[in-house]
Amino acid sequence: MASVISFGRYLPERVLGNEELARRLGRDPAWIESMSGIAERRIAEADETVSVMAARAAEDCLRPCGVQAPDVGMVIVASGTSERRFPGPAAEVAAAIGIPGVPAIDLPMASAGSLFAVAMASRLAPSVGRVLVISAERMSAPAFAEPLNPDVAILFGDGAGACLIGESGGALEIVDYVLHSDGTWAKDLRLEFTGPVQMNGRAVIMQASRKVPAVIGEVLSRNDIIAQDVRYFLMHQANQNLIDRVAKVLGVGSDRFPSNIRRYGNTSSASMLIAASEWIETADLRPGDPVCFAVFGAGFHWGALLARKALARQT
Amino acid sequence: MNKRERITAILGRISNKRTEPDPEESLFDAGYLDSFALTDMVAELEKEFQIRIPDSELNPRRFESIARIEETVGKYAAGAHAA
Repeated sequence: MASVISFGRYLPERVLGNEELARRLGRDPAWIESMSGIAERRIAEADETVSVMAARAAEDCLRPCGVQAPDVGMVIVASGTSERRFPGPAAEVAAAIGIPGVPAIDLPMASAGSLFAVAMASRLAPSVGRVLVISAERMSAPAFAEPLNPDVAILFGDGAGACLIGESGGALEIVDYVLHSDGTWAKDLRLEFTGPVQMNGRAVIMQASRKVPAVIGEVLSRNDIIAQDVRYFLMHQANQNLIDRVAKVLGVGSDRFPSNIRRYGNTSSASMLIAASEWIETADLRPGDPVCFAVFGAGFHWGALLARKALARQT
Repeated sequence: MNKRERITAILGRISNKRTEPDPEESLFDAGYLDSFALTDMVAELEKEFQIRIPDSELNPRRFESIARIEETVGKYAAGAHAA
């Protein structure tokens, strides 16, 4: 199967800390942190649109691996917060990074979109060449939309993550993935065309707590791997309590679950790739080490992807 | 202990509250359960009654009160009506 050649990210410079947010919401900063595990989040300026952030994450992804934009065969952009109904941001992003004409696909899927896009890219890469996957979100807009819901507003931040998938040659080989969707729960986490994010937190946590460990177990068991053998788990950065719970259910220490929730909040579909982009810079992986990616989000959509550090050093 | 007493005992452990809610009282509104405590509650119920509640049935409303939990557990626990 295909491999991950590089990761990248873009975070807006503007930082919104709990003190400032608490004043805006009329709440206690300590309450925000205890409820969410979030200390601060990044907020996009007016000119930092989904497309702009996505393009910057794409450039950050391509730069270190030496791949030029014209060497990309396809662009996939996942976002649940693009500015327009159509066109989505994908074509605009491709043009912005200098590859107009390359097929660019929008995946309007919040939270789980990054992993679904990577899974699709891993299948497409052998036929279309390198696929640039980007997830970008401006969650601050719907998070602070009226009527303001403080329980929701404290959770989200803005940013973009990216990764480049190739047929071969990457440091992380994609081994397998499992994807699931169940529209029964579509109304429990949603963003309408106007208004704030609508979330039935109890249903979301209840389902995610059950489904994420299950789907991780599903992809691991069919590859004869146990959770304790997985070097790292890169999860959608939704909630620190949820990540800790998944770790506990799997019988694995939370230290194997890189987390940036405290600094960025929940950046929806962008979060997993932002986390992976930071993690890969210091990850101490040995050849063959398994790494598992996992997501859960609105839809509900959920899935897990198993990768491993390439056995031989490749270009 | 009968079924209700067993459920109440689990709730006491999860919530760390010494008071007992009325059977119809909302466990969420009364502060006995939040999102994560609800998940713990379900896991403990499954262990205590040796049942597996399908994901499709994991709707918070089914765990809103002691009475609703009794109904939910009863649906899956063998011989629950005799308890």
